Amino acid sequence: MDFATFLIQCLNAVQYGLLLFLVASGLTLIFGIMGVINLAHGSFYMLGAYLAFVLAPLVERAFGYPVGGGFFATLLIGVALAVAFGYLLEWVFFSYLYTREHLQQVLMTYGLILVFEELRSILVGDDVHGVATPTWLSGSMPLSDVMIYPVYRLFISLVCAIVAIAMWLVMTKTRLGMRIRAGATNREMVQALGIPIRFLYRIVFAIGVGLAALAGLVAAPVSSVYPGMGNQVLIICFVVVVIGGIGSIRGAFIAALLVGFVDTFGKVLFPSLAGMLVYLLMAVMLLWKPEGLFKAG
Amino acid sequence: MKPWNRHHALAATLLASAATLITVPAFPQSNAKVKIGFMLPYTGTYAAIGTTIENGFRLYVDEHGGKLGGRELEYVKVDDESDPAKATDNVNKLIKRDNVDVLVGTVHSGVALAMAKAAKESNTLMIVPNAGADAVTGAMCAQNIFRSSFSNWQPAYAMGEVAAKKGAKKAVTITWKYAAGDESVGGFKEAFEKGGGQVVKALNLPFPGVEFQALLTEIAAAKPDVVYAFFAGGGAVKFVKDYAAAGLNRTIPLYGAGFLTDGTLEAQGESAQGMLTTLHYADGLNTPRDNSFRLAYAKTYKLQPDVYAMQGYDAAQMLGIGLNAVKGDVSKKAEFAAALEKAKIDSPRGTFTIGKSHNPVQDIYLRKVVGKENKVEGVAIKALADPGRGCRL
Repeated sequence: MDFATFLIQCLNAVQYGLLLFLVASGLTLIFGIMGVINLAHGSFYMLGAYLAFVLAPLVERAFGYPVGGGFFATLLIGVALAVAFGYLLEWVFFSYLYTREHLQQVLMTYGLILVFEELRSILVGDDVHGVATPTWLSGSMPLSDVMIYPVYRLFISLVCAIVAIAMWLVMTKTRLGMRIRAGATNREMVQALGIPIRFLYRIVFAIGVGLAALAGLVAAPVSSVYPGMGNQVLIICFVVVVIGGIGSIRGAFIAALLVGFVDTFGKVLFPSLAGMLVYLLMAVMLLWKPEGLFKAG
Repeated sequence: MKPWNRHHALAATLLASAATLITVPAFPQSNAKVKIGFMLPYTGTYAAIGTTIENGFRLYVDEHGGKLGGRELEYVKVDDESDPAKATDNVNKLIKRDNVDVLVGTVHSGVALAMAKAAKESNTLMIVPNAGADAVTGAMCAQNIFRSSFSNWQPAYAMGEVAAKKGAKKAVTITWKYAAGDESVGGFKEAFEKGGGQVVKALNLPFPGVEFQALLTEIAAAKPDVVYAFFAGGGAVKFVKDYAAAGLNRTIPLYGAGFLTDGTLEAQGESAQGMLTTLHYADGLNTPRDNSFRLAYAKTYKLQPDVYAMQGYDAAQMLGIGLNAVKGDVSKKAEFAAALEKAKIDSPRGTFTIGKSHNPVQDIYLRKVVGKENKVEGVAIKALADPGRGCRL
């Protein structure tokens, strides 16, 4: 591998890692802070991608074609719908789960996967669909003599980076973040101090769903939308969350990049092991640091 | 992690109600129905394909008044979820619990191999309407197992010959790391290297991963004359789009087995235009047989048929030929097989025959993507027979 190829592979790794972070951050919030094992998280990613597919033409019809406006409107509406959906879901289902054992949580969230997949099949069908890249982001830049890099991929990385910074600021610098971190450490104590913990949880859950859906919305033009797309993402995101330390945003960020690099270079350097390298990484991490890289918060 | 779904519940309910009705034991020659067990993916990546195959199968049966070989049919369904880990359990449900006379399935090669094993052990008639695993009509072949579709080797071998004839010397192959992918790449390599070319790099990634960027970078670094890819469904869409987005299609043509561009063109859009693929079916064949099939399918299901619909249709057609020869008696496996081995099957794809190892001997078309169709460019290889390696029939 020459140096230029190496640099391009690094770019690929960072880009994949950032996207993983976006999905995994929502999962680590819900898992770490609320203590719910949410297998349905991949479905929220799928929800986002399908929202992009369904909303984009509607939005374009409603607003015409202002430069980029339609795309951002789609993102905004999509995330808003997903957050509202998450809020509702927490209220109807998840709020009953906090005191139950993990097995019951797994059963219910697995059930939700089935329900979401079937609903998708009924509402949108089982075909593979493409989502158009917004024209103002459809350019590309040359990387080597035969290869170019789509601008849209850089845009995805940018969105992920912005979200990562925003989350870090909220968690460390705001009162809301402080309460969320406190809730993760000692739920009863926070409640005793008069903070409406149930409401706080509902918000956290809704944000988690919104983040997964945002990842789906942003990734849709690159990944296309197809049945079962959430399940693939779900497994790798659990790996990220476990490596990073359950509930830790910073940990999820570093773990996502780590997984991005291991996956990218694994495929290239050890193709026969590519399928298991990421899990090997997780196993080694668990031996070395059973609690993950960082503590919650 | 793929779900159970309503088809299970439906099948279970149907069975429960059927069980209360059956009072007379079923004699093969009586008016009892032939029990067809569909083991197909109704959820997951290949969900759409499962339904399409079933539609095609039912279309042929309906065209013949709901009867094949003089006997009416009844159907039992199992969702195989394209999950090889559950395949043996699933196929045993059909064979042991439901006592089906004929197994029809499936799409995923790994699942089909497990089915073939169970079918061989229990001597149950089986028709594979898609899965191309070479071994089904190779090492695993049996008197009672047939295929209405293709072997992975067939379209790949044809593409290898086409690529070599076009003067390409260096090729890179890329696929998912599983049986179908390995076999397809193997077929391409065999013909391409026979024609004087060389496969300089064989790339792969775990099934059904869709992170291609790292491997595309490898292709760009290797600078081959041509790339051969085997993907299907969502992976095919994403690979073709990523390949174009990386600009590789400007200098390195992307060839593939037909599944790379079948049922996926709507989603691939611009990125697939002009691509060449090989398959045993194509758009624009414009034969009376194909036209009447397409019209009938479109009328019945309000959808355009595709290669999977055609394979389901021909699975029923093959079953019909066999059942006619034995007058509906599914226990006469040898006569059933003999009839099919002699038959000329009047398929929408063109007439084909069944080879010694029970795989179709058929024309492989070279197709080019024009708009939303895989337009036929010509016949890449006429009456191509799978070598049936390891089969002793």
